[in-house]
Amino acid sequence: MIKSILIFNNHGKPRLIRFYQYFAEEMQQQIIRETFHLVSKRDDNVCNFLEGGSLIGGSDDKLIYRHYATLYFVFCVDSSESELGILDLIQVFVETLDKCFENVCELDLIFHMDKVHYILQEVVMGGMVLETNMNEIVAQVELQNRMEKSEVSPSATLKDHASVLTSNITVFISLVADLRIAAHISDVASDPNRSDVAVDVVETTDQSELSRPSS
Amino acid sequence: MALKIVKGSIDRMFDKNLQDLVRGIRNHKEDEAKYISTCIDEIKQELKQDNIAVKANAVCKLTYLQMLGYDVSWAAFNIVEVMSSSKFTYKRIGYLAASQCFHESTDVIMLTTNQIRKDLSSPNQYDTGVALTGLSCFVTPDLARDLANDIMTLMSHTKPYIRKKAVLIMYKVFLKYPESLRPAFPRLKEKLEDPDPGVQSAAVNVICELARRNPKNYLSLAPLFFKLMTSSTNNWVLIKIIKLFGALTPLEPRLGKKLIEPLTNLIHSTSAMSLLYECVNTVIAVLISLSSGMPNHSASIQLCVQKLRILIEDSDQNLKYLGLLAMSKILKTHPKSVQSHKDLILQCLDDKDESIRLRALDLLYGMVSKKNLMEIVKKLMLHVDKAEGTTYRDELLTKIIDICSQSNYQYITNFEWYISILVELTRLEGTRHGHLIASQMLDVAIRVKAIRVFAVAQMATLLDNAHLMTGNVQRKGICEVLYAAAWICGEFSEHLDNPMQTLEAMLRPKVATLPGHIQAVYVQNAAKLFATVLKNQEGNTEGTAAQETSQLMIDRLPLFVQSANLEVQERASCILQLVKYIQKLQQKDVEVAEEVIALFAGELNPVAPKAQKKVPIPEGLDLDAWINEPPSESESEDEQPKAIFAKEETKHSRPRHTEVDEKELARRREVRKQEQASNPFYIKASPSSQKVYQEAPGVDHIPVVQIDLSVPLKVPGLPMSDQYVKLEEERRQKDRADKKKKEKKKRKEKRSGRGKKHDSGPESEEDITPAHMVDIVTEEMPENALPSDDDDKDPNDPHKALDIDLDNLVEMAGRRPLADSEKLPVRSHRAAEPLKSPAEDGDAESAASQEPKKKSSKEKREKKKDKDRDRKKSKDEKKKKKHRHEEKGEDLLGSQADEPVVQSEETSEVAAPPASNTAEVSDLDFWLSNAPVPSNTQEAATLPAAVAAPVPETPSGTAPDSEPDEPKDTEPEETDKKSSKHKKKKQKKEKKEEKEKKKKKKHHHHHRHSDGGAEESVQNGTVEEEEEEPLPPMSNYCLLAENSYIKMENDIQGNLQDGSQVVVSVIFENKCDSFLKSMEFNVLDSLNSKLQRAEGSGPHDGLTVPFQLPPVVSNEARFVFTVQSIVMPQKLKGTLTFIVKNEDSSTHEKLDFKLHFTCSSYLITTPCYSDAFAKLLESGDLKCSSVKLEGVIMPFHHLLARICFHHHFSVVERVDSCASMYSRSIQGHHVCLLVKTVSEPVKLEISYNQLLCLKKKKKKKKSVLSDCDLDFSLSVPLPPSLFRQ
Repeated sequence: MIKSILIFNNHGKPRLIRFYQYFAEEMQQQIIRETFHLVSKRDDNVCNFLEGGSLIGGSDDKLIYRHYATLYFVFCVDSSESELGILDLIQVFVETLDKCFENVCELDLIFHMDKVHYILQEVVMGGMVLETNMNEIVAQVELQNRMEKSEVSPSATLKDHASVLTSNITVFISLVADLRIAAHISDVASDPNRSDVAVDVVETTDQSELSRPSS
Repeated sequence: MALKIVKGSIDRMFDKNLQDLVRGIRNHKEDEAKYISTCIDEIKQELKQDNIAVKANAVCKLTYLQMLGYDVSWAAFNIVEVMSSSKFTYKRIGYLAASQCFHESTDVIMLTTNQIRKDLSSPNQYDTGVALTGLSCFVTPDLARDLANDIMTLMSHTKPYIRKKAVLIMYKVFLKYPESLRPAFPRLKEKLEDPDPGVQSAAVNVICELARRNPKNYLSLAPLFFKLMTSSTNNWVLIKIIKLFGALTPLEPRLGKKLIEPLTNLIHSTSAMSLLYECVNTVIAVLISLSSGMPNHSASIQLCVQKLRILIEDSDQNLKYLGLLAMSKILKTHPKSVQSHKDLILQCLDDKDESIRLRALDLLYGMVSKKNLMEIVKKLMLHVDKAEGTTYRDELLTKIIDICSQSNYQYITNFEWYISILVELTRLEGTRHGHLIASQMLDVAIRVKAIRVFAVAQMATLLDNAHLMTGNVQRKGICEVLYAAAWICGEFSEHLDNPMQTLEAMLRPKVATLPGHIQAVYVQNAAKLFATVLKNQEGNTEGTAAQETSQLMIDRLPLFVQSANLEVQERASCILQLVKYIQKLQQKDVEVAEEVIALFAGELNPVAPKAQKKVPIPEGLDLDAWINEPPSESESEDEQPKAIFAKEETKHSRPRHTEVDEKELARRREVRKQEQASNPFYIKASPSSQKVYQEAPGVDHIPVVQIDLSVPLKVPGLPMSDQYVKLEEERRQKDRADKKKKEKKKRKEKRSGRGKKHDSGPESEEDITPAHMVDIVTEEMPENALPSDDDDKDPNDPHKALDIDLDNLVEMAGRRPLADSEKLPVRSHRAAEPLKSPAEDGDAESAASQEPKKKSSKEKREKKKDKDRDRKKSKDEKKKKKHRHEEKGEDLLGSQADEPVVQSEETSEVAAPPASNTAEVSDLDFWLSNAPVPSNTQEAATLPAAVAAPVPETPSGTAPDSEPDEPKDTEPEETDKKSSKHKKKKQKKEKKEEKEKKKKKKHHHHHRHSDGGAEESVQNGTVEEEEEEPLPPMSNYCLLAENSYIKMENDIQGNLQDGSQVVVSVIFENKCDSFLKSMEFNVLDSLNSKLQRAEGSGPHDGLTVPFQLPPVVSNEARFVFTVQSIVMPQKLKGTLTFIVKNEDSSTHEKLDFKLHFTCSSYLITTPCYSDAFAKLLESGDLKCSSVKLEGVIMPFHHLLARICFHHHFSVVERVDSCASMYSRSIQGHHVCLLVKTVSEPVKLEISYNQLLCLKKKKKKKKSVLSDCDLDFSLSVPLPPSLFRQ
């Protein structure tokens, strides 16, 4: 069983957390902090297994992680999972992200946490590995996205054209006498610099020996 | 109005979405919390709106905030709202949020049941998928119970995408609702062979998780997994299966033998490191489970070790780590093979990666020998010095101690060396393992008598230099060592060179800064030292020196009397008064030393750690009873001094005072009184205590500031362990030289003088003699020690509930059919509710049998644990298994009190239904014993016994109970010694019983019709004996009607409780792509048989089928019929009407069918034992008739199986080609049957008898007779293909 999946960056900021057993929010944050503390002090050239985060689970559990550029992908698993298997699974997951986001970088994970969750749901379900074939995962994710698009498009047209409308914004300001808009505009205007973290995530060492032959 | 709408949409346009929220948070780095709290306010506003899109957006943002650590449980209800949106987009958001923040105590979860059920049956596969994914994260016992059946249905969904999710989620359902495991298991097993690799992998995954916790229940799946292993190419699946085998092999050594070859092949062939590694791991598990020393296996070990070496030498740290991990497993059983790689492992100790160093340390543990212990520990000590970070250093420290103390100090040849190592370890800064070192010191000093002189000297030095350690006062810090030091010096003070000096050291004012429990030991042992000093001084000089010593005590002790720690205080005051009294005596020139020493006389023996536990409780003593009234409130919560040295504590409590005479006692009482008077916590009786305070040294004597030396000083006088290494080598050399001299003549081989460099051959362990005559005292145990105390299992383990015997589900011949109570709750028509299935004696029994069953399996597990070590025991285990089933059988019978067949009590015991899975086990045995393994003979010998040759017996069916006086309630011990004859008899009986048993459950199988595969077949206990071909698949369900939309299959069961009711289970299978709804089931009642309808409905109204059918889904409904007479076959005409709903249209369809009640439908499988059967026949109440059937071209056992299966008979006895069978109608008629093959291939004679209860009319008797006639003439003579009616 996979007990939890954590993704955080080099500073310990969580980018995705997924616990397959219940912890209260404070506990979750504490686990993230502890895990980050354990993982971050390790060199890149040491092994990717760590025994015993004391907070999650017992002695049976292992932390298995990979470090990609600015992000740590940490899986906490028990002894029923194969260590090398999980390492490969992380690789598959990251490559899938890469395919779905086209050159994924930390910002994609920051702004599309929900989408990352949806992708993860196609890989791991309830703590058990659901699918390891990348093409299959990508296909399912895309089908669902397409479905979402077909549903949302009529109602979302306004939203889509928001950028056009902002040019006429003065017209509306009189209508909507709400100061919130000003704040909102400032949010939109300060689009963060995308290049600050962008590093190609996957250094494909082609260890994906686990990819299943589709027989 | 229009304006409002416009305003609404514009509002929405400027609502923040998730991206805006994230951006906002990033732009408000300095006041993030404040910004988020305004955002949460906005979200609260948004959640109040009616627009679901706005709500979904808000919930999405909440999910993000949850990740940042904000509690969003207040929005749980809104999350449920969003979940129930009809749009996939919003539904997905809702389920995601729910999966992130719902848990078992979220109260709105119970609102979701219906929504989830709706989503599960949604025509859109992604709705279903999303619901399954969400559910997997927050499933509760209630949800699991309510939805188990829906999920089961989804396991046969058309889309593999849904199937695999449904399969996976079943594991979660099992965990929360263990009752669902048995009903769901057959289908789960079926999914192992699903055409879609994803589904297959999911099923493997689930079964592996289940089997990991309760492997023995899944042993019977081994052949299937073996097949998968050899056929699958999916590495994920392979890894899982191989891991599973690793868990199974310890239970069944023969499995291991079968596995070795394919695994070895995989190891050679695979290029995937992960697979290779798991293979090696499992091979190791196999090797552990096999007895060692088999020549062909040493090759496997070599292969494993070799492969692991390659892994360890790899530059990839991950492989190195795993290699070491696996190596440590080999180490346990084959230390020799690992020891040859010592170089490699020592090398890993220097690795920069801490995880790897730790693993290498683990390995060292098993690699030490008398020869290399010193060398290895020396190396570790170097690491201790170099190590940065206390965790690793502490780990090293514990490892050093572990390595040295393992198996009762087996490898230590020189305890002086060990003591000095321990003393060196005390110089570690900031370690948390002071207590570990201390307990080692105590242990060694107590148990190795020869070392005491040395140990005492070392401890005295330690005490002298105590200031070096007191800097670290924290609990479990290094100062704990002083506890040991003080105690050793006190207890063995006769060995001290200069007790006076040590006494002074122990009474230094600085001691008062130590933790209380250590001070207490100091005080107590100061008294012991005092006694020794007194003795020496009295012997030597005039009394002055002795008096000075007393004065020293009197001066120093008041410091401790003031201690805040009660224990210290009490001891100190006690001893202070004692010393004062002694001083008085001394002033009168009385020799007191002898008497004082007598206070502490007595030899100490170590007590075994478990000794206390093993003291038997005297009769009539209730340890839980209160001695006094319980205190109204708890006492002060002050830290109770925890018993860190539990073991040592017991030693202190030895009864020394037995030697104290009465006078002494009176004196002590006096002392106690005085002490109480001086105790500030007592209400003072007299004002005299003031004096004591005056005598106490001033407070300024107590040093407040401690000088914490960061650099440990080299303490002069402390020995360096290194010197011992050198000494030891010299000593060994000398020893060897001596020996050489002595044995020169005898020895053929010459031994060279010394050192490894000159050593011609490796010195054997025996050559190394210990430096001291070491007397390792064994630990004491109390008399009448109770023999066993096993650590209890964690009662809270959720997996314990899943320890359920599944074999019988897999093999027909198994023992526990699914009882009705175990069925998954199906939403069904009310009418069907009260009708329990016609199980033998109702649910009560199955419920009752479940209880003892679990218990006995637990017992068994425990027993097994005991035996784990000796592996020839597979035999034993099997026997035990049988025994267990016998026990259970008795339970069953016990509850069958109202069975019409009269049985003597003996018989019921003897005839107890058999080994649950004997047949199944023997199948497995058969599969396993196929492997050509030479060492198999022992087990093989027992196998044929299970298949014992038939014992000739009269085929008349009047066979008497075979061994009425056999001591059947066999103790598990009587195993190997049984004579083969005995065995045979027993086996035969079991065989017989098994058949009956098997039949018994037959009619339970209706609920798993989908499982009608090969495993469903009736298996006869004698299959192997005759090498009969396997039985064809059989199902109780026969086709009722079918058209292009729907297929109906039915099964008819009598109801035992109500002699006039019959239950018809109908499986509806949707064959088309459309949705089937509003199904209505109606039957044209006849005079004799009527469909039970809901109350208030007319005789022509149909019954609504309580479910709808999505495409290609099947479900089962049950209908109840009332029948008047059961003696005639019936045909009822009926119609099923339903609506076929497509996307655009819906049509009304109907399907006609004919429901056929045969006479055997009214029969209920009832076991009968041969003696009762004989009585029945003797009674003469039976009418007899016979019929010859021709054209039956099936093997005899198939025929029997078919009669049993389709006509609800049970086999009473079978001898060769002759069998007597029994059944009973729902109205209590007995029907006996003798089936005989007359001439070889085709001819068959059936004679049958039937007895009516006396009350029945004669007429009826006859018709039943003719009826049976009809029944069988209808069914049996037909060719097998039509035999299914």
